Amino acid sequence: MTFVLRRLLMLVPVAVGVTIIVFFMVHLIPGDPARTILGIHATPRSVAILHREWGLNRPLISQYGLFMDRLLHGNLGQSLFYGVPAAGVIFGRLPATLWLIIYGAVLSVVISVPLAMLAASRKDAVRDQVVRAVPLVGLGMPSFWLGFLLITLFAVRLHLFPVSGYGAGFPGHLRAMFLPALTVALALAPVVIRSLRASMLNVLGADYITTARSKGVPDSRLFLHHVLRNAVIPAVTVLGINIGFLIGNTVIIENVFAIPGIGQLMINSIFERDFPVVQGVTLVFGIMVVLVNLLADLAYAALDPRVRFER
Amino acid sequence: MSALSFPDHPESVLMPTAGDRSQGRPRRWYRQPALMSGIVILAVILFLAAAAPLLSSYNPIAQDLNASLLGPSAHHLLGTDQLGRDTWTRLLYGLRTDLRIAFIAVLFPFVLGTVAGSVAGYFGGWVDVIIMRLVDIVVAFPFYVLVIALVFVLGPGERSIYIAITAVGWVSYARIIRGEILVAKRQDYVLAAQSGGLSSIRIMARHLLPNVITQAVIYAMSDIVQDILAIVTLGYFGLGVPPPTPDLGSMINDGQNFLSTHWQLTTIPGLAVVVVGLGLSLIGDGLADLIRTGQS
Repeated sequence: MTFVLRRLLMLVPVAVGVTIIVFFMVHLIPGDPARTILGIHATPRSVAILHREWGLNRPLISQYGLFMDRLLHGNLGQSLFYGVPAAGVIFGRLPATLWLIIYGAVLSVVISVPLAMLAASRKDAVRDQVVRAVPLVGLGMPSFWLGFLLITLFAVRLHLFPVSGYGAGFPGHLRAMFLPALTVALALAPVVIRSLRASMLNVLGADYITTARSKGVPDSRLFLHHVLRNAVIPAVTVLGINIGFLIGNTVIIENVFAIPGIGQLMINSIFERDFPVVQGVTLVFGIMVVLVNLLADLAYAALDPRVRFER
Repeated sequence: MSALSFPDHPESVLMPTAGDRSQGRPRRWYRQPALMSGIVILAVILFLAAAAPLLSSYNPIAQDLNASLLGPSAHHLLGTDQLGRDTWTRLLYGLRTDLRIAFIAVLFPFVLGTVAGSVAGYFGGWVDVIIMRLVDIVVAFPFYVLVIALVFVLGPGERSIYIAITAVGWVSYARIIRGEILVAKRQDYVLAAQSGGLSSIRIMARHLLPNVITQAVIYAMSDIVQDILAIVTLGYFGLGVPPPTPDLGSMINDGQNFLSTHWQLTTIPGLAVVVVGLGLSLIGDGLADLIRTGQS
């Protein structure tokens, strides 16, 4: 219990820091932020309204107080493009993004675990070299470009999946989101395969594996029952560490596949110069990573009691 | 300087510095297949980028609407784009732009992160707490989200890319260097330097840093790959180098409308990015292997 409390307390400074960075985004805008944000719509009246709404004439600390006060009331400001509260626009788009993140994470595990097992089962053999070489190609692959290739091959040529969109209902989502999730998974897989292979090799060197081997346990059973179980925890950790990378990629992929999530909203809002929405999406992404890391840590502690007593 | 009365440079008598390490370094770096193939790939790419004006007689931004969307031919190796610009030429100049920005962009976070990590690791205490909290906060944002948001706020362009990548990228270097310094600062040579009365800055820069910098250099190789991907992605979203300067990201974006008829317009620039990434990753992997074998 104390571990949970301590972990929650550690969350506070980071969460506050995230809000400070998002708050300061306004002040990084060169010139008068209100004028820049409003662009061609900048009339003296609208500039004055924005100045009052954000308290731009007040000292920084009081501006931040105002920002936090509104934030804690769930108010992310008024969307300049949609003319409705930004929070509503963002939360309406959140499900599609969460779908893509979870689907992508699951697929990347499905892809990575067998490959890592294949590589680790015989270190330095041809299969190991191949599995180690392929991720090197994947590491430098722009994910949006990979998305195009998958669309061209599987959607345009083979008609196996829709070219874009979110689909309707659970089976619809599952089908429509397959290619985007696969793109996300393929972008993440190189990182996961590499660390998973290393952790499996570690497990394979443990005494209990030697014991199992000397008892004559066949390789297949050894991997499924002894190695995999102990390598799953590192896999979850690797996913947790790279969740920022995974989530960041969804921003790009949503735009390639026209998925109505908050990543697409972010890029669209950038072109509409809808500052409150961009600010809100950045905040939501930051909070999302913080929460996922918390969940990963708690899950880790639940799975492995030793973690709770560290530090 | 030293409180002891050693001649000139007390540290040369007392403890190992950067120069001494070369003796322990494994010499046969050229026997590493990964490292060598990485160096060859990167050398070819760098040559293509550097010699762009010699390898193509076309102007990368000159439009010729009478020659738009041509297929590959003897005149246009990879055909032309929708504005009649030679794709091969734009590819070469695009590589030039993106590689230049990526190699410059990796320097700032490297330096900033190394300094922050050294200070945090060496002094510990509240300095460490503040710097590492800052790291935690920056890490809370997905890389692309913060880079895209920062470039949006600062306005598209090269300067914004440098600022955004530095603001987001320094944390990894800080973490790596801090971790290494925490271990290294307990070594005898550091204690000797401290008891010799050397200043903290001198100990960090002359004694600790040469011994801990390798990990950061290896990481920098994969970091350049990430930076190139970020630059290309920003270019793809129209937030990178403003047109008409050739950039691989904007080339992919321009070509996507012609994906079914002129696939080479999107595929080739992407492939170029993959090859660059492969070369740098191989170098990073090879270096890491080299250092592992060197230590064992």
